[in-house]
Amino acid sequence: MEKFTKVKSVPAYLSLMNIDTDMIIPKQFLKTIKRTGLGKSLFYEMRYDEEGKIIKEFILNNEPYSRSKILIAGKNFGCGSSREHAPWALLDFGIKCVICVSYADIFYNNCFNNGILPIEISENVVQELSEYSKKKKEIEVDLEKQEITYGNKSVKFNLDSFKKKRLIEGLDNISLSMEKNLDIEKYENIMKKNKTWLTKND
Amino acid sequence: MPKTLYDKIWEDHLVHQQDDGTALLYVDRHLVHEVTSPQAFEGLRMKKRIVRRPELTLAVPDHNVPTTDRSKGILDAQSKIQVDTLRKNCKEFKIELFDVNDKRQGIVHIIGPEQGFTQPGTVIVCGDSHTATHGAFGSLAFGIGTSEVEHVLATQTLVQKKSKNFRINVNGKLPTGVTSKDVILKIIGTIGTAGGTGYVIEFAGEVVRNLSVEQRMTICNMTIEAGARAGLIAPDEKTFDYFKGRPKSPKGEQWDKALAHWKTLYSDEGCIFDKEINIEGKDIEPLVTWGTSPQDVSPITGRVPDPEQEVDEERKTAMYRSLEYMGLKPNMKISDIKVDTIFIGSCTNGRIEDLRLAAKLLKGKKIAKDVTALVVPGSGLVKKQAEEEGLDKIFIEAGFQWREPGCSMCLAMNDDKLASKERCASTSNRNFEGRQGRGGRTHLVSPGMAVAAAIQGHLADVREIN
Repeated sequence: MEKFTKVKSVPAYLSLMNIDTDMIIPKQFLKTIKRTGLGKSLFYEMRYDEEGKIIKEFILNNEPYSRSKILIAGKNFGCGSSREHAPWALLDFGIKCVICVSYADIFYNNCFNNGILPIEISENVVQELSEYSKKKKEIEVDLEKQEITYGNKSVKFNLDSFKKKRLIEGLDNISLSMEKNLDIEKYENIMKKNKTWLTKND
Repeated sequence: MPKTLYDKIWEDHLVHQQDDGTALLYVDRHLVHEVTSPQAFEGLRMKKRIVRRPELTLAVPDHNVPTTDRSKGILDAQSKIQVDTLRKNCKEFKIELFDVNDKRQGIVHIIGPEQGFTQPGTVIVCGDSHTATHGAFGSLAFGIGTSEVEHVLATQTLVQKKSKNFRINVNGKLPTGVTSKDVILKIIGTIGTAGGTGYVIEFAGEVVRNLSVEQRMTICNMTIEAGARAGLIAPDEKTFDYFKGRPKSPKGEQWDKALAHWKTLYSDEGCIFDKEINIEGKDIEPLVTWGTSPQDVSPITGRVPDPEQEVDEERKTAMYRSLEYMGLKPNMKISDIKVDTIFIGSCTNGRIEDLRLAAKLLKGKKIAKDVTALVVPGSGLVKKQAEEEGLDKIFIEAGFQWREPGCSMCLAMNDDKLASKERCASTSNRNFEGRQGRGGRTHLVSPGMAVAAAIQGHLADVREIN
């Protein structure tokens, strides 16, 4: 996984709450057996009309937002399906960081497994940033400092220390957990003794 | 210290815990389907990893499978690749698979309990948000992403942080015509789609206790629509009876040991919940959704809400967008909304009891002219049971199409989808924009309400169907 340190970009603002993962990447694109190539289909039904033509009014179809690495959106972003195709599509489009008041649980976890930083921040800051995004000026997100800088202003954000470490060092959760193999074995041995019905079926 | 049911299952599965609260949790049962697993298996291959405990995993194709005649195989090339890939992966990694033509094939959350693979007190995961369904048996069950699927395959564990405890008591009795689907819609309408975020919800109270286990599954299934990590219901005699004699249920001496453990699975007297609310069964009416979020609920006797009455600006904007998408006007009567399509099925309402209830209401009646209606049983065994009871004939005589099992029109990955502006009364779980097909309009309802809409040709009150 790519390491995350800082990201600097003009942010794009999607003024909608409860953006679900069906919206982020509709089901017809879930038939892939790869993780890549989903960027062109991100927000498909908002980006393209029924004939597949670009919808000009949609924010990500306009310069400089079409190159945004930071997405600001309404609360409860990523609700619905567990499809990891949603963060894959965001990442493939170029989005490295999402800023919202709140996220749905599964989507939030999926982000960290793909090197995307989902920032949870107060409604006031989201509003200020959404206004600022209209200026088409860059903002900077610094993960080490846990800080968003826009214009001459900076705000701090909170983040779980382990999740932060994983992003900064680009750590793969599986490798980390495999290092705990002895603990897993110990658990399995106790389980084999105490919960025989889960492993034996006779 | 008194513990909640969630606390008990959590502690019972702790493999390791860091100082910051990040924990490694053991996974007893892992369900796999074709859509969210190919990249996980590919990841294993790339890193030369093996599946740690293949016998704790069960796989089934359900999202992409056709619900029409399967003798010619899967015609959609991409769907076929995905199902073929699942087959290949299961063979390579020695995982049990219920293949497309296996009579046990069906929706992953229906076949798990049906086979006794799901069991009380276990941790169950699947790359599918509706894994919450299995919580109805007192198991801690939740959806995960594909990277986490890979993590579970490789380590049989999952990295988790503990959620908070939330109890929802549904008290008293339910009025006639009101089902568990209405109960969960009422709950989501009350707490909102993010009302459960950060929590595991335990459903309790007289109403929940009086429901059958299949009805309880409908409630836990849609817990994810309220944003919660998982939904739980303490197992009881009904749950234990349900598991007796199922193919993968414990037997003989093992059954006795399992049962002794299962009987400890309840929230202790005096335990503390971080949040608790009460809902009165008598206040719940047959409900429908009018918008594009599962929290957009209204009694069938109500009217489409007026966004102008909404004080929250963000919510107001969302309501206007929903009404435009749904092609509805504020204040119109819900029962004046005409429907084109009826869908009975899904992991929410595709079980035998759902089909029995629908067939009972439908018997001797016909669906309205111009309405297309389909029943998609949740599994091959549900279909077989229904046919043995003659339910298929009732549906077919009324004008319904009787299909093969799968996820079907719940998410429209196969050919079962709505055309733009087509309107559907659906027993599924999500009314998101485009969920059942681009531009398609979904109204979530119970199976009984779906039958009422099928007969009347518009959203209708199940209590008025004799």
